Amino acid sequence: MAHAHAEPHGTPGHGGHHEQTFFQKYIFSTDHKMIAMQYTFTGLAMGMIGAFMAYVFRMQLAFPGSSVPGFGVVSPGEYNALVTNHGSIMIFWVAMPVLIAGFGNFLIPLMCGCDDMVFPRVNRLSYQLFFLSAVVLVASLFVQGGGFAGAWTAYPPLSAVGKYNLTPLGATLWVIAVALEFVAFLLGGINFITTAMNSRAPGMKAFDVPMVVWMIVIASILFMASVGPLIAGAVMLLFDQTLGTGFFNPGRGGDPILWQHLFWFFGHPEVYVVLLPALGIVADVMAVFARKKLFAYRTTVYTIIATGVLSFFVWAHHQFIAGIDPRMANVFTITTVLISIPIAETCFLYIATLYGGSIRLTTPMLWALAFLAEFLIGGVTGIYLGASGADIYFHDTYFVVAHFHYTFFPIAIIAVFAGLTFWFPKMFGRMMNETLGKIHFWGTIIPFNLIFIPLFILGAAGEHRRIFDYSTFPELARPELQALRIIATVSLLVMLAFQFVFLYNFVRSMIAGPRAEKNPWKSNTLEWTTESPPPHGNWVEMPVVYRGPYEYNHPDRAEDYWPQNEKP
Amino acid sequence: MLRPLATTRSAMGIPTGRLAVWWVLVSEIVIFGGILVSYIMHRLGHASWAEQAAHTNVWIGAFNTFVLLTSSLSAVLAHQAAEQGNGPKAARLLMATIGGGAVFLLVKSFEWTSEITSGFTLQSGGFWSYYYTAAGVHAFHVIAGMVVMGFVAASAMKNQDLHRVENVGIYWHFVDIVWIFLFPLLYIAK
Repeated sequence: MAHAHAEPHGTPGHGGHHEQTFFQKYIFSTDHKMIAMQYTFTGLAMGMIGAFMAYVFRMQLAFPGSSVPGFGVVSPGEYNALVTNHGSIMIFWVAMPVLIAGFGNFLIPLMCGCDDMVFPRVNRLSYQLFFLSAVVLVASLFVQGGGFAGAWTAYPPLSAVGKYNLTPLGATLWVIAVALEFVAFLLGGINFITTAMNSRAPGMKAFDVPMVVWMIVIASILFMASVGPLIAGAVMLLFDQTLGTGFFNPGRGGDPILWQHLFWFFGHPEVYVVLLPALGIVADVMAVFARKKLFAYRTTVYTIIATGVLSFFVWAHHQFIAGIDPRMANVFTITTVLISIPIAETCFLYIATLYGGSIRLTTPMLWALAFLAEFLIGGVTGIYLGASGADIYFHDTYFVVAHFHYTFFPIAIIAVFAGLTFWFPKMFGRMMNETLGKIHFWGTIIPFNLIFIPLFILGAAGEHRRIFDYSTFPELARPELQALRIIATVSLLVMLAFQFVFLYNFVRSMIAGPRAEKNPWKSNTLEWTTESPPPHGNWVEMPVVYRGPYEYNHPDRAEDYWPQNEKP
Repeated sequence: MLRPLATTRSAMGIPTGRLAVWWVLVSEIVIFGGILVSYIMHRLGHASWAEQAAHTNVWIGAFNTFVLLTSSLSAVLAHQAAEQGNGPKAARLLMATIGGGAVFLLVKSFEWTSEITSGFTLQSGGFWSYYYTAAGVHAFHVIAGMVVMGFVAASAMKNQDLHRVENVGIYWHFVDIVWIFLFPLLYIAK
C-alpha cells in the first residue's frame, strides 16, 4: 500500500469550502451522498406512481366496471397500460435506482473509506440520464393513445406493431426510456465496480469489505454482462417500430422468439441484480443486530458468485410455452433447479449467523428477518415454475404473479425498508421513531401475505394474468374466486394505508427526530466512524483499516464490537 | 474540477482510468455480441440472405478495414509518445487516428449512399436490416471514439493527463476488433 496513513485531504474534489448555491448542492452535485439521495428519492417517487397503478388495476379486478376513486372507470386499454407500466416502473425505476444506485452510491465510498466515487462527474451524468429516462417514461403515459400497453416484457409482435398494442407513441417512448435507463446504470456500475476495486482504504483487503459492497459490485458486474443483448434488442425493436425493419417479424425473415431470448438473457440475471444488494443489506443488518460475526463470509461470497454465473444459464425457463425445443426446456429445467442450491445455501448461512446471536429486534432487524422468511416462499414456489412440465399449466397465471411478487417484494420493499431504517441515522443525522417503525412493519407484512397468498390459489385455479374482467369467463367468475380477488385488493388498500405511517415517520424524523450520534447501532463498518450525516469528503482524516467488518463479541474485548479502523 | 482522493488510489495496482475502460469494454462486448449472435443464428437459418449479401462490396469493406487498422497503429504510436512524456507528439498522432476514423466514415457514407440509391435499404430484407443496424451501431462507436480522442488530444497538446492517451487507445482498438468481426460476417460471407 503506497499511501501514507495520513492522506492529504480537503483540497481534492470538493470545490473548496466556498458557499454552494442551491443548484450546486442539490441538483448538479457530484457528491456521492447527494447523488444517492437523488436516486433514492426519485425511486421512491416512482414507487408511489407504481403503487397507485397497482391500486387502480386491483380495484378493477375486485370490482370490475365500477369507478375507481381517484381514477374513474378503467377501460381495457388503460388496464393494459397500467399493468405494463406498473411492472416496468417497479423493476427499472424503483428496485434498480433505490437498491443499486441509491445504496450503492451512499455506501460504497463510505464503507470503503474514500471521499467519493472515482468518477464523480460520470456519477452525476448517470443520475441525469436516469432522471431523463424517468421523465420520458412518465411522459409516455400522457401521449396520444396513452402509455405502452404491451406488457412489461414487451413481446413482439404486440410491442412492435402499433395497430396491435394501440399505443404506438407510448411503445416507442417506453423503449427509449428503458434504453436510457440501461445506459445510466452502466455508467453507475462502472463507478461502483472501479471504486470498490481500486479505492479501498489503506489496509482494507478484498475480504475486509462489508457484504453489501460485495453484493452491489457483483450485481453491477452481472448487469453489465447481461444487459448488452437487450440494448441491442431495444435498438432492433425501436427500428421495427419506427423504421419498418422486420427483426422480430417472421413474415419478413425475423423471429419474435429472438426478442424473448434477448429480453430474458438480461431479464433473469436482472432478478439477481436486484436480489444481491438486498441480500447484502440483510447480511449487514443481521450481523449488527445479532451481535455476531457473519457466518462463513467467504463462502457467502463464493456462493453468490456461483449464483451469478448460473443466472446466465436459466433464462429460457421463461419461454417453456413459447415453442422452444423440449430438449432445450429440459436443460433449462435442470439449470433452474440447480440455481436454487446456492440461494438456499445463502439462506442457511444467514440463519447460521442468527444462531446463538444476541438478537435485538429493532425495526431494521425485523425487516431483515421478514426478508428471509418471505423470500423463502418466493424461492420455493419458483421450483414449481422452473420445472417445465408444471410450468405448462402455471405459465401466465396468477401463480407466476404471486411467485415473483414474493421475490420482488422482499427485494424492492422489505430490504429497502431494512436499509433505509438502518442507515437513516447516517443519511440524515437523526433517529427514526421505533414504535412507528414497528407499526409500519406489521402493517406492511401482514397485508402483503394476504394480498399474494390468495393470488397463489387463484393462479392454481387457472386465473390467467392478463385479463381485464373475469365476469365473461364462467369458470373464473365463480363467487369464491371473486371473493379471493376482493381479499387481495382490500389487503392492498390496508398495506398502502400503512405506508403513510412510514412517510410520516420518515419526514418527521428527518426534521425533528432525536439527533443521531456517530455510531448509534454500535456497528463495526467504516461509515459509522464519521459524523452523521458525513461531511463533504466524508472524513476529516481518512480511515485506515485493520480488520474485517464483522468482529462482534470478540472474546478478548470488553465491548461487543470492534470497529474496522480501531488500532490493534 | 480537482479529482477526489478516491480517483488517485490504486488498491488493485491498475490505474483507475484504465480499469474503468476495461469495464466499459465488457459491457460493449455483450452489446455487439447480442447483435452478432442474433445475426449469425438468423443467417444460418435463412439461405436466401446470401443473395442479399452478394450485393455488398468486398473491396470497399477491405479498404475500410485497412484504414481502421492503420488508424490503430497511430493510436499505439501516440501511446508510446505519451509514455515518453511527449504530449504534443501524442496529440498529433491521435489527430492522425481521428483522420483515419474520418476517412472510414466518409467511405462508409459513399458506400451506403450508393447502396440506398440502388434500392437496398433498411427495409429491403433481413440481411440488410442487420447490415445497417450492426454497421450503424459500430459507426456510432467510431464517432464517439473520435470525439473523445479530440478531447484527449487537446489536453495532451498541453502535456496534461497523458494517461488518457492509452485509455482512449484501448477503446479504439476495441472498435477496430468489432469491425474485424463485422467485415467477414457482412462482406466476405456471400
